[in-house]
Amino acid sequence: MNLAVNFPALLVTVPLIFVPVIPLLGLINRKICWYAAVLAITASFAMIMTILAKVSTEGPISYHLGNWAPPIGIEYRIDMLNAFVLAVISFISLVSLLFGKELVEKEVPEYKHPAFYSVFILFVVGMTGMTVTGDLFNVYVFLEITSLSGYALIATSKKRYAPMASFNYLVIGTLAATFIVLGIGYLYMVTGTLNMADLAERIKPLNGSSVVLTAYALILMGILIKMAVFPLHLWLPDAYTYSPSAVSAAMAATSTKVGAYVLIRLMFSVFDIEYHVGSVPITGIIIFFASLSIVMGSVIAIAQTNIKKMLAYSSVGQIGYILLAAAMVNAEALTGGVMHIFSHALMKGGLFFVVGLIVYNIGSERISDFAGIGRRMPFTAAAFTIFSLSIIGIPLTVGFVSKWYLVLGAISSGHWYAIGVILLSSLLTAIYFGKVIFVMYFKGGHDDHGHAPAAKLSEPMGMVIPMAFVAFLCIYFGIFATFPVELAAKAAEAVLGGVTWK
Amino acid sequence: MEIIYSAAPLYAVLVSLVAIIPIYLSRSNPNLRESWTILAAVAKFFIVLSMVPTVLGGKEIYFKLATAYPGIDIAFKVDSLGLFFALTASFLWILTSFYSIGYVRALKEHAQTRYFICFAGSLSVTMGAAFSANLFTMYIFYEALTLFTYPLIAHEENEEAFRGARIYLIYLLGTSIAFLLPAILFTYFTAGTMDFRLGGIFGDTGGIHSLFFAVIFAFYIAGIAKAGIMPFHSWLPNAMVAPTPVSSLLHAVAVVKMGVFVVLRVILYVFGVDLLKEIGAGAFLAAFACVTIVVSSLIAMRQDNIKARLAYSTISQLSYIVVGAALLSPSGIKASIMHITIHAFSKISLFFWAGAVYVALHKKYISQISGIAKKMPVSMAVFTIGALSLIGIPPLSGFISKYYFVTGAVEAGMLPVAVVFAVSSFLNALYFLPIIYTAYMKPLDAGMDDKVTEAPLAMLIPMCVTAGVAVLLFFFPQVLTNFTDIIVAGLFAE
Repeated sequence: MNLAVNFPALLVTVPLIFVPVIPLLGLINRKICWYAAVLAITASFAMIMTILAKVSTEGPISYHLGNWAPPIGIEYRIDMLNAFVLAVISFISLVSLLFGKELVEKEVPEYKHPAFYSVFILFVVGMTGMTVTGDLFNVYVFLEITSLSGYALIATSKKRYAPMASFNYLVIGTLAATFIVLGIGYLYMVTGTLNMADLAERIKPLNGSSVVLTAYALILMGILIKMAVFPLHLWLPDAYTYSPSAVSAAMAATSTKVGAYVLIRLMFSVFDIEYHVGSVPITGIIIFFASLSIVMGSVIAIAQTNIKKMLAYSSVGQIGYILLAAAMVNAEALTGGVMHIFSHALMKGGLFFVVGLIVYNIGSERISDFAGIGRRMPFTAAAFTIFSLSIIGIPLTVGFVSKWYLVLGAISSGHWYAIGVILLSSLLTAIYFGKVIFVMYFKGGHDDHGHAPAAKLSEPMGMVIPMAFVAFLCIYFGIFATFPVELAAKAAEAVLGGVTWK
Repeated sequence: MEIIYSAAPLYAVLVSLVAIIPIYLSRSNPNLRESWTILAAVAKFFIVLSMVPTVLGGKEIYFKLATAYPGIDIAFKVDSLGLFFALTASFLWILTSFYSIGYVRALKEHAQTRYFICFAGSLSVTMGAAFSANLFTMYIFYEALTLFTYPLIAHEENEEAFRGARIYLIYLLGTSIAFLLPAILFTYFTAGTMDFRLGGIFGDTGGIHSLFFAVIFAFYIAGIAKAGIMPFHSWLPNAMVAPTPVSSLLHAVAVVKMGVFVVLRVILYVFGVDLLKEIGAGAFLAAFACVTIVVSSLIAMRQDNIKARLAYSTISQLSYIVVGAALLSPSGIKASIMHITIHAFSKISLFFWAGAVYVALHKKYISQISGIAKKMPVSMAVFTIGALSLIGIPPLSGFISKYYFVTGAVEAGMLPVAVVFAVSSFLNALYFLPIIYTAYMKPLDAGMDDKVTEAPLAMLIPMCVTAGVAVLLFFFPQVLTNFTDIIVAGLFAE
């Protein structure tokens, strides 16, 4: 029996086994919990990379859980799109774990470590499960796993407001999940199936049915809340601001992206992408909200004085790019969107870590207190600058690559105002990141008031190395972007072609 | 056209970028640090020079660095236009390096290491833009230059410097993201390629409305704010808060010349003369640039701050170059390319003079320089040569380009443009001659002795060299025409 055949199931179950094991290990020694967590994610990551290689050469994989044939049994189905998203999620989770070790030690009380790592693994399991499955109800189950572990992770922070932020997210997140499960219920009611491929077939004759329309609307609403698209974003700024930095980094880099993946999958592979509500195309509605999210997220980010809030609103803007890419329905734009899942994960994850380290050192999240960081923490400040330039979309960074393809896509499908939105948001992004960089390098560095320059702050090697690694990737994939772009293009082709999925 | 594959352009770009490392490491030993700058500058110039025989022999040098995205390369191509620009910039970097050393030491400037690092970086990206083989590569270097020069403008780190630097960033980054980037993307989408080709890359334009091209062209021109065409010019006077060597090399040569260089690339190598004639965009651009020439000359007259007057003069002279190209006639294009170098040498002499006056006498305003010719005879001679050259008086090099500009306007049948050139010469005289008059004829201010107080030799010698070249180019114009003839011959072959 070839083990590799079972990788689609194992990449979820292996880390899942670690979830109860880690607290038990914690009873022996709390230090080994981290190693166990790294082991779990590494195993999953290795399997995902094997699958990615296989899918990109041999085409989609269909795996039947327990050998029950779909549509009765649960099917895991992996094509280029979810293989790519899986690779991004597990890579970023792995880097977060490696990078976050020191931060977690600083921000989470020690007795909570076993629970923290256990829940963190569960969080990742939920996301990989959502991405890998081809069963709609399974998506909902994993979504709840992700959300519940997410609420718990936020609440592990020492900050006073953290439980409140977590509770807010819980209320809004539960609403979203309710919408989604209602929608799935409606679909099951009219089609009698939960397998996505099967569903896509059975939904076709029902075009125009008000049940399908309601289901679509409910699911769309639920996912947009989970993605934190403006104006449904209200849970996100508090959740990111008050959670431990390692959690905000992992969440910002991955969880909203998984929402985007599910939406792309449903839009293209289950519902007809040409779906109209009355005479209004569903893509038109999505483009409107995506644009709104991009612009408003950036505008609100400019007004922030708290650095983590600023990054959070920036995420609201950035998720809009992916949504926009999906709704423009053409190969270039979708390539850009899939690429942005990858590039935004790198940049925003990196930014939250860098900020986490700075905040830990200076004990303040106010941007104005970052004065002189350029001299006091040279490596961290340099990494921050690289990530910022990348988000702004300066050439030779990975952020520019996704923007390039997005605009190219907007041109080729004639969405003129989307070009304006993307470029405007680049400018707005330049403003709010430029402000921080300016404060770090040019304020308070040398004696404004006759004080001697402040002493250097600690930059532990354990954090500088992963930081430098992610920053290096940001630039490397910005210059030699052929590899990720080709993967992203294949992913876009996979959903647009419609053939490979079905 | 024969193409030679060689990494020489890459070395020309890298040499000063690599030099940043030893410059940073020897930050505690200024003499060692500055010798790295000089070494890099000389090495860069000779690498660029080594490519001259090949290019003048009618060949082009090509080097592919990497494939960035599928189908999009980061690549260098050395042709006569690029080499011409690179030669000017790299030669002037050697002089400016010496001048900078004299300047920063005489004034005991702070953050000297950052200063020299950013300077070296700026020159690298300037070379990169000069040698870019396609729009994509050029855009990278265009943006990089903005970022590298920002710390140089904010150098003083006071409110005024930060304000100037912020305006600089907003204008240059804002226009390039809002206009230049979409223009490039539209070009790529329409033409299917971004590689420069003499005569245009759009190929068969049948079926595409000429308005489309006109709009893209307008996006290019608006996006290239570095060329200082009104209304996107006001970053330049604001950038004058930078130390004078920065203003002289970057804001008389590297940054602004990169702007007009990119405009030339777009006119000659992206759209091509024929397409622009067809859509009538040349006359439109010429009109804009002519307005810039006249209006900025008028503003220059009212400036008391020496560097502000020079800045507005630069804006007006840059538009000469743009007008020359926009005429779309052989002599106009020739004049436009020649003026890149001629203006560079003349204007840098003026800026060097301004720096010398500041270092020796701490004067920044024209109203303060009465009679200083007695104290600074050499510097004033340099200024006089540079100013007369820009006015266009023989036997100075400025006359040559002006002669070709007027010829070009006549060739293109745009007589009003010839009139603008004439009027502008007159205006140039109006804002330069008062300076000469004040310095030579007026008595020294009370309390100043008439002892000679020149700037340090490290500044004086480069000044004399630039002024000397501004004279010599009049007698040896073939140095310039050798390059321009290749371009013009290629353009108007039929």
